[in-house]
Amino acid sequence: MASQLIDGNKAVIVGALYAGCDCFFGYPITPASEILHEASRYFPKVNRKFVQAESEEAAINMVYGAAGAGHRVLAASSGPGMSLKQEGITYIAGAELPCVIVDICRAGPGLGNIGPEQSDYNQACKGGGHGCYHNIVLAPASVQEMCDLTRKGFDLAFKYRNPVVILADGVLGHMVEPLEYPKDAFVPVIDPTWAVAGSAETRGNLITSIELNFDEMERHNYKLQEKYERIRKNEVAWEGYRLEDASVVLVSYGISSRIARSAVDAARKAGIKAGLFRPIALFPFPVNALRALAERGCKFISVEMSDGQMREDIRLATGCKPVGLVSRYGGNLIGMESVLSKIKEVA
Amino acid sequence: MAAVEKVIGGHPGMYATFPRKGGAAPTATHYCPGCGHGILHKLIGEAMADLGIQDRCVVISPVGCAVFAYYYLDCGHMQAAHGRAPAIATGISRAENDSIVISYQGDGDLGSIGLNETIQAANRGEKLAVFFVNNSVYGMTGGQMAPTTLIGEVTATTPTGRDPQEQGYPIHICELLDTLKAPVFIERASLSDIEHIRKARRAVKKALEIQRDKKGYAFVELLSPCPTILRMDAKAIANFVNEQMEKEFPLKRFRDRSGEAGSINRAESDFSQEALDKAFGCESGVCVQFQDDPEFVAKGVKIAGFGGQGVLSMGLALAQASFGSGRYVSYYPDYGPEQRGGTSNCSVVISGQPIGSPVVDHPDVLVAFNRPSLEKFAPTVKKGGLILYDSQAGSFQAPDGVRAISVPATGIAEERGIPQAANTAMFGALMQAGNLGLPREAYGNAFKVTFAKKPKLIPKNLDILEAGAHAARVLEMSSKK
Repeated sequence: MASQLIDGNKAVIVGALYAGCDCFFGYPITPASEILHEASRYFPKVNRKFVQAESEEAAINMVYGAAGAGHRVLAASSGPGMSLKQEGITYIAGAELPCVIVDICRAGPGLGNIGPEQSDYNQACKGGGHGCYHNIVLAPASVQEMCDLTRKGFDLAFKYRNPVVILADGVLGHMVEPLEYPKDAFVPVIDPTWAVAGSAETRGNLITSIELNFDEMERHNYKLQEKYERIRKNEVAWEGYRLEDASVVLVSYGISSRIARSAVDAARKAGIKAGLFRPIALFPFPVNALRALAERGCKFISVEMSDGQMREDIRLATGCKPVGLVSRYGGNLIGMESVLSKIKEVA
Repeated sequence: MAAVEKVIGGHPGMYATFPRKGGAAPTATHYCPGCGHGILHKLIGEAMADLGIQDRCVVISPVGCAVFAYYYLDCGHMQAAHGRAPAIATGISRAENDSIVISYQGDGDLGSIGLNETIQAANRGEKLAVFFVNNSVYGMTGGQMAPTTLIGEVTATTPTGRDPQEQGYPIHICELLDTLKAPVFIERASLSDIEHIRKARRAVKKALEIQRDKKGYAFVELLSPCPTILRMDAKAIANFVNEQMEKEFPLKRFRDRSGEAGSINRAESDFSQEALDKAFGCESGVCVQFQDDPEFVAKGVKIAGFGGQGVLSMGLALAQASFGSGRYVSYYPDYGPEQRGGTSNCSVVISGQPIGSPVVDHPDVLVAFNRPSLEKFAPTVKKGGLILYDSQAGSFQAPDGVRAISVPATGIAEERGIPQAANTAMFGALMQAGNLGLPREAYGNAFKVTFAKKPKLIPKNLDILEAGAHAARVLEMSSKK
């Protein structure tokens, strides 16, 4: 299969188009703008639909419309834009529409800056908008995964009729690595059982999230919760590196996991049995696998560019074991040496 | 409860009964007696049925009293967040070329929280019919001031009447949209009484004819009675609309360009793999197999200089050379605030195994095109590492245990008539002295990819590459003597 050297943001567009994504709606924001640029370049080449929206809110509502019509739809943004999109995302979750939203996380809070951070973990994984709902959240750690997980995101979005967030950061968006192109192109078909596509067969359908009757609304919530349970059961995804005999386990996702991986090798050279646990899906969180490691007596360090947002999930998964934290903020990457010294401290 | 009081079920374009609504009166609406919504529903239903377009229609219901339009109109439905209907409409219309999209909105929804979406969808000329119910007040949320509330009108949030000094003036949406080029049709009508409803019926039908023919954006504002919230009887509310509202919002056909407008058609999406492979230029794709090679010592290269010195393109060329040699490689451009200040840098990691961090903090090789970059990054170079710097940076004492070579890269490029190719000369020096473990031909081959769009430049750059390598070889030999 063909390979090219491309950056992570473009790899998202490759993954989406080979996954049969039909529409892209976006608004400029650094460091996610390249996804918008590449979409404007490649979507029209194959007659797919591209609109630069007037705002983040408009963009996510265009997603709602086209997803409601049964199409595969992609949006991309970064922290401040994701905050604005939360209204639309909760409506999408409530109306059970499938879509993929890429978050190229930047430093916050507020306007922050355009450097990388992983501080959108909570707003991606915990709902983010009002009401009880979850996004499926996938965390790529390479250019290849930017493509592959975007494609997988569409499959999951349609399998569960649920929004999927690809949670990445400014480094993954801008770094260039070899990409092996997808081996086939998916040809989507509109599902007439729920879509509202302006056609005879979908005329009787309705996309909505309003329900005035309290009991009906409660039933809808139970139905959503059952769906999230199915997702928790079926869609856990993680990767281990040198975990077999590890006594110190780094838990890390995205770009930080690459640095953590280097730290594992350095620790091993120094005679410490370190390993890396990399969640690929952040929701559902790999609770059982982490619990098993905790029961084996492993010590844990969360390596993430946030105030320990993921660490809280690790604590819950490991039965409130102490979990160390190595973090940086403000656009700074975590240095390999600081991870290594934390490993030495914990070991 | 007697269903006969406000029956509209069974009307053309509407469901015979309203099971989505539920309750005891299966053919009665939930609207108050005297409300304009029921009338407008009938007009829309009738026009859809007359034009035979119900299969193609998707109605987007707003937040407000008409949030349940889907109880009644016999077509596809989506319910929207407050104010976002025109954006949702855009999504449907772009995705489905043959759909007919109807955005049904009230004054708070359209003119306040959703004003941006309203204007922008109109300005794009979306294939969309917007029916704007203006009753001068928020209905469902309890009678608060709307953007169209009249001066002096008492509402829940203007208890002493709307005061323009505090709350500004009523917004005239038709007039606002009439400043835009793209809309095909704009009209303001009224639902106050039989005579007005007849005219409104024609405007509604016209807007949907335009949609049937895919001609673009049509906007119909309807002044509408809200007797419950405004606490008026049937006669008083009709008078209020006819006399007070009409005075502020004159009834008028602002625009009808349906005669000259052509239909808008968007081509069908191409989902074939052939089309995608062609678009991405990978039909005759390179197939590179990466094989783990633990013997290969990983190398980190940092390249830094002023913007415009080709720092990033040299990094990409090195990445391409590594890629072409079947090595694992990552390239990362530092896009921090420095970029705006004029300096930039990038990291390239070359390895025989999957790469950890793509950011090089301690390079094996530093390439510096200017003095500030040299001074900033030289102390970070590994012991035993190498610094290649442009001779123009001046004389420089390398840190202990680090070798430094002053390469006349700018001079070489200028001599050969391409001053901007200093990075190519430096690339040659890197090929010669970098000891990165890549075959020599990989460097030149990289140009075939990086200059794919300007193949004429390849021979000249290969010449400069060799000249850069030669200069480095001479300098290396002289330093050994």
